[in-house]
Amino acid sequence: MSQIIKVGMAELKVARHPAILTTLGLGSCIGIALYDRINKNIGMVHIMLPSSSIATASANRAKFADTGIHDLLEEMKRIGSDVRNIVAKIAGGAQMFAFATNNDSMKIGQRNTEATKAVLAGYRIPIIAEDTGGNYGRTIELSSEDGSLKVKTIGFGIKYL
Amino acid sequence: MNDTISGLNNFHLDVLREIGNIGAGNAATALAKLLDKRIEMKVPQVRIMKFSEVSDVLGGAETPVVGILLRIQGDISGSMMFILDEPSARLLVNILMGKPLEADLDFDEMSSSVLTEIGNILAGSYLSALSNMTNLRIMPDVPALAMDMAGAILSVPAIEFGKTSDTVLYIENVFTDGHDSVIGDLFLVPDDLSYGKLLKALGVV
Repeated sequence: MSQIIKVGMAELKVARHPAILTTLGLGSCIGIALYDRINKNIGMVHIMLPSSSIATASANRAKFADTGIHDLLEEMKRIGSDVRNIVAKIAGGAQMFAFATNNDSMKIGQRNTEATKAVLAGYRIPIIAEDTGGNYGRTIELSSEDGSLKVKTIGFGIKYL
Repeated sequence: MNDTISGLNNFHLDVLREIGNIGAGNAATALAKLLDKRIEMKVPQVRIMKFSEVSDVLGGAETPVVGILLRIQGDISGSMMFILDEPSARLLVNILMGKPLEADLDFDEMSSSVLTEIGNILAGSYLSALSNMTNLRIMPDVPALAMDMAGAILSVPAIEFGKTSDTVLYIENVFTDGHDSVIGDLFLVPDDLSYGKLLKALGVV
């Protein structure tokens, strides 16, 4: 059995094969799952906001798409991964509440998704699967065995990416 | 000036706890009228927690909960979220709709509007307490409701806090009629500049 490692909100973790990384109850946040196809290293970050440009000096870097993905890649390199072997799967970015009024801060899920894609593209990391948007929460589990990403929901079943 | 929650000290927390207390008292009165029962409340817990701890409240990130979110406007702006765990939501809906107390919670339009109304009343109780103490004009908008995993629902106020801080401010309330308890959590999230305004109006900075 592989150990299951929990990644909390605004946290990032990496692990060597065999392992499972999970993050529970993603709403408008994004879970970014990275998989090294050669040595089976895995990494996951649970980001909350698109950009660190609004950050204060002391801010937690794993909170933002840009700095979170940067630091996650550094951690993966540290345990022996080459960026060229890494592929990504992403999930989350939902809009949990529907408001009649057009409030910009409510579209944070969509902005998180767009920012995540742009940052990954900047590192030339292909997104080989995604389950984003909608109005429901997701729990994800990344297996180092084959890089599969299990997505669990309440009311929308379970699927594998 | 402290304008983020990371800068709050024990004195600030006491003030917020007191607001929570008065707000919960108002809410318990409103709830008692609505349910036609005697409702008591326990002293609310006020805590500042890290994001990574947020989803552990209410029994874990995957626990189904009902969240009621409303925007606040006026002299300060921001949002407020009221969260009920599923047993509490079920109990309230069943009492108000005259169903057996153990009946399942159908998440239909009727239950949604009942829960939205409860959220409206409870949030209104807090906001009027806050408004009275600060002499600030604070008005709630029409609420929105969602039922899903606690982590996903809580991510909404957490993200709002996340724009200026690495922690969230959290108030837990327990209402009871001596037999059944209703546990409700409240997150008050003032927008960027409103935090300073709020603390200043309370005379703590």
